[in-house]
Amino acid sequence: MAKRIDVNDLNVYYSKFLAVEGVSINIEPKSVTAFIGPSGCGKSTFLRTLNRMHEVIPGGRVEGQVLLDGDDLYGAGVDPVTVRSQIGMVFQRPNPFPTMSIKDNVLAGVKLNGTKISRSDADDLVEKSLRGANLWNEVKDRLDKPGSGLSGGQQQRLCIARTIAVKPDVILMDEPCSALDPISTLAIEDLINELKNDYTVVIVTHNMQQAARVSDKTAFFNIAGTGKPGKLIEFNETSAIFSNPEQKATEDYVSGRFG
Amino acid sequence: MTTNALTSKSSTSGRMGDKIFSGAALAAGILILVTLFAVAVFLLIQALPTFFADPAEVSGGQGFFTYIWPIVVGTVIAAAIALLIATPVGLGVALFISHFAPRKVAGPLGYVIDLLAAIPSVIYGAWGYMVLAPTLVPGFEWLSKNLGFIPLFEGPASQTGKTMLTAGIVLAVMVLPIITSLSREIFLQTPKLHEEAALALGATRWEMIKTAVIPFARPGIISAVMLGLGRALGETMAVALVLSTGNLIPSLIKTGNQTIAAEIALNFPEAFGLRLSELIAAGLVLFLITLLVNIIARGIISRHKEFSGAN
Amino acid sequence: MSATTTNPRHSTGGTPVPPARKRNSLAKGKLPKWAIWAVAAGAIIIGAAASTLTGFNIAAFAIYSAIIFLVAATIITTVVEGKRRGTNAMWTYLIYACFIVALIPLASVLYTVLEKGLPGINSHFLFSSMNGVTGAVDNQSVNDGAPVVGGAYHAVMGTLLITLWATLISVPVGMLTAVYLVEYGQGKTLSKAITFFVDVMTGIPSIVAGLFAAAFFGMILGPSARMGIVAAVALSVLMIPTVVRSTEEMLKIVPNELREASYALGVRRWRTILKVVVPTAISGIASGVTLAIARVIGETAPILVTAGIASQINMNVFANWMSTLPTFIYYQIMNPTSPTNVDPSVQRAWAAALLLILMVMALNLIARLVASIFAPKKGR
Repeated sequence: MAKRIDVNDLNVYYSKFLAVEGVSINIEPKSVTAFIGPSGCGKSTFLRTLNRMHEVIPGGRVEGQVLLDGDDLYGAGVDPVTVRSQIGMVFQRPNPFPTMSIKDNVLAGVKLNGTKISRSDADDLVEKSLRGANLWNEVKDRLDKPGSGLSGGQQQRLCIARTIAVKPDVILMDEPCSALDPISTLAIEDLINELKNDYTVVIVTHNMQQAARVSDKTAFFNIAGTGKPGKLIEFNETSAIFSNPEQKATEDYVSGRFG
Repeated sequence: MTTNALTSKSSTSGRMGDKIFSGAALAAGILILVTLFAVAVFLLIQALPTFFADPAEVSGGQGFFTYIWPIVVGTVIAAAIALLIATPVGLGVALFISHFAPRKVAGPLGYVIDLLAAIPSVIYGAWGYMVLAPTLVPGFEWLSKNLGFIPLFEGPASQTGKTMLTAGIVLAVMVLPIITSLSREIFLQTPKLHEEAALALGATRWEMIKTAVIPFARPGIISAVMLGLGRALGETMAVALVLSTGNLIPSLIKTGNQTIAAEIALNFPEAFGLRLSELIAAGLVLFLITLLVNIIARGIISRHKEFSGAN
Repeated sequence: MSATTTNPRHSTGGTPVPPARKRNSLAKGKLPKWAIWAVAAGAIIIGAAASTLTGFNIAAFAIYSAIIFLVAATIITTVVEGKRRGTNAMWTYLIYACFIVALIPLASVLYTVLEKGLPGINSHFLFSSMNGVTGAVDNQSVNDGAPVVGGAYHAVMGTLLITLWATLISVPVGMLTAVYLVEYGQGKTLSKAITFFVDVMTGIPSIVAGLFAAAFFGMILGPSARMGIVAAVALSVLMIPTVVRSTEEMLKIVPNELREASYALGVRRWRTILKVVVPTAISGIASGVTLAIARVIGETAPILVTAGIASQINMNVFANWMSTLPTFIYYQIMNPTSPTNVDPSVQRAWAAALLLILMVMALNLIARLVASIFAPKKGR
C-alpha cells in the first residue's frame, strides 16, 4: 500500500506571491515524516501541495515535480480527484460532516463518490477503519448517532478513520493535535505509530516534542522574513535534527531560541 | 513519464459531471444578467412609440415629459413623507430591539416587527382605504384650520381622507420594517469592545450609543434608508387604493396627486395602443429612478464593507 | 402637574429609611423607582384633562399624555440625577415610544382583518368562485338579507398555481446561481457583476417586473397576452434575487473545512457540493425559499398587469385570465360587484385578506420550523 513521495525543486505560489521556494525532499514509504518550523514558514502550504489541496484556494499553483512512486502528481492529464483518493489528509480541526452519522462519516469517501457497496462490505469497512483509528470500542454502540456529538479527540480519530476508509497510500496530517487536549493528543500519537505499519505518514506540527516522539525523519522549514518565501532548511533523521543539527537556524529553533 | 498511473485511473464520467454541474451553475448566473438586461430592453422597445408620437396624442396633449413630470413629483413626495416618518421611528425600533429591550424578549420582538414586512401590500392598501383614511379626517381638518397658511396643509381638507398624506403614512408603515431590520443587523454588529470601552468610561446608555454604535452604523443606516426609499418609490398598491388621484397640487390633505406605480396599476388593465406604451414608458422611468437609488445604496454598503468589522 | 413636581429630593428625604440598613452612598442622588410611575400616572390624568378641553378623542389623549410624560420625566431626571442622565432618560423613553408607535399599525391591521374578515369566511366563500355573481345578486342579499354568495376559490387556486410556477422557475435558477457565486465564481468579474445585479434586482419595483413580463410575452404572443404563466414569470423576477441571496448566505456559512475534508477524500467538486455543502445548508436554504414564496404570494401589482382578472375557475396557467387572492381583494374594493351596495364585496375582500394573511403567516411559520427541524444534528 504505502508509496514513496519524491519532491523535486518545488515552488508554491498564491497567485503571484511565492510562498515556498525550491523544496526537494524524499519521503520513504512506511515512515513518519514531521515538518516543523515557525508560524508562516510554509510547512502547511507545502503539505497541501502533496495532494493538490493547495489548488482549492483560488490562485494556488506550483512549479516543479511531486512524484508518487514515480508518477507526477502535477503531470498532464492528472485529475486532482484521483490524487486525493490516493493521498488522504487529516486537518487541523476535526471536521466530521455534520449531516452524517458516525457510520456515514466513515463511508463518506466511498458513498459521496456514488460507488455501490453492499451492506456487509460497508459494515466491514466501517469496523476495520474505526478499529484502525482506535475508535471502534468507543463508538460501536452508536454508529448511527451524529459524528458531531463526539468529543474533539474522538472526532479527530473519526476523521482519520474516514481517511483510511478510502485506502490511501499516504496520509497527510496538518497539525492534527493542535485543537486537542493532552490525553486526546496522546491517543492520536499512538495511532500515528500504528499507522506507520501500513501507510506513509507526513505530519505538520508546531510541537517539537511531538515531532520527536512520533517521527522517523524531520524536515525543518524556515522563513527569512515576512513577504519572503519559506524554504526547507534541513531534512534528516529526527534524532539528528534534535540532537545534532547541521544548520545554525535549526539548532536555534529546536533549542527554543526563537519561534 | 509515458505510463503515469495517476492519469489512467481518472474516470471520465466523473469529470463530465463536474463540467455539467459547473456549466449549469454558470448558465443560471448568466440567465439573471440576461433577464435584467431584457427587462431594460423590452421596456425600452415597448416604450419607444411614446417618445416619437405626436405630442398632442399623448395623455395631457403636450408630450411625454408634461405627462410624466407631475407623477414623478408625486412619487417623490409620497416617498419623502414615508421616509420622514419611517426613518426616525424605524431607527428607534431598531435601537430598542438591539440595545434597550431585555435580551430574552428582543428576539421575539424583532420577529413581531418582521411581521409588518410579511403583510401583503394590498392588505395595507385596503387598511389605508377603509380604516386609516376615515380616522385621519379630523386630523386633516385640524391641520387645515390651524396650519392652513402653509401650502402643504392648505384646506379644505378631504372628507374621505384619501390624500397624499394618508398614502405617505401607509407607505411609511410598509417601509418601516425594511429600515428596522437592516439597521438592527448593523447595530448588533457594533464591536462589543467599543461599546464596553464607552461604558467603562462611565457613559450612560445613550452616550454609549452616540459614541460607539451610531458612528459605526452610519453607512449602514444611510443605505437602509436608501433601500427603504427604493421600496417607497416603487410601491403600488398602497397608493393605488389609498390615494384619490388628481392633478399635482402642493396640499397634502386634499384630493390630488398621483404616483407612477399607481398610475400604471390603475390604467394598465384597460390600456391599449399608444396609452399602453405610455404606461410602459412610465414604468421605465420608475425603473431607472429606483435603479439609481438602489445602486447608490449598494455603493455605500460595499464602500464601507471593509470597515464594518463584519469579517 | 402639581402632583408630580413636588420636590423629589424632599420627598426621598422624607421617606423613612429602615435604620437597620445603611444607606448605600453609591445609590445617592438616584430617582426612586416609583417616581417614574407617578410621573406616568400624572401625565395620563393631565393628558385626559387636556384632551377633554379640545374635544375628547383617544388619539389626542394618547399624544398629550405621551408628550407630557416625556417632558416631565426628562425634567425630573435632569433635576435629580443631572443633565447627562436626563438626556439618557429622554432618549430611552423616545426609543420605547418608537417601538409602541410601530406596533399600532400592526395591531390595527391584524385587528381589522380579523374583525372584518371572519364573518365572511364560510364554506361557500372557500369553495365557490365569483362565476355568475352579479350586482343584482349582491343587491338582493343586502335588501332581502339573503346570505352573501360568491367566493374566492378561483382566486385561491390562481394564487397557488401562479406561485407554484414562480417557485418552479425561481428555485433552480436561484440556487444554481448561488452555487456559482459561492463555489465557482469566487473573485471573478462575472460573479461580482452577478452579485451586483442581483442586489439591483431586489430593488426592482414589483410593477416594473410585471410590466417586463407583460412586454416580453406581449412581443411574442401579441399585445394582450395575459395568463398565469406570464404572472409566474413576473413573480420569478421578484423571487430569484431573494432565493439567490438567502442561498448564498447559507452556502457561505458552510465551513470550508467540510469542503476540504470531502476533496481530501477524493470526492469530486459537484458531488461535494450536492452531497456535503448543500445538505449542510439545506435548512437555511429551505427556509429562505419559503420566505421568498411568502413574499411573492401577496404581490398584487405584477398580477394586475400580467394575469388580468377572472371570475371563474381557471386551472390552466397557459391560457386565459386568472385571478389571485391579492387581485381579488383589489378588485372587490376598487370595483365592487354591485356599485350601489358595496357591503358584500367589502366582506369578500376582507375574508380574502384574512385568507391571504393566514397563508403568509403559515409560510413564515413553516420557514421557522424548517430552519429548526432540519438544522444539522447536534447532541450526543
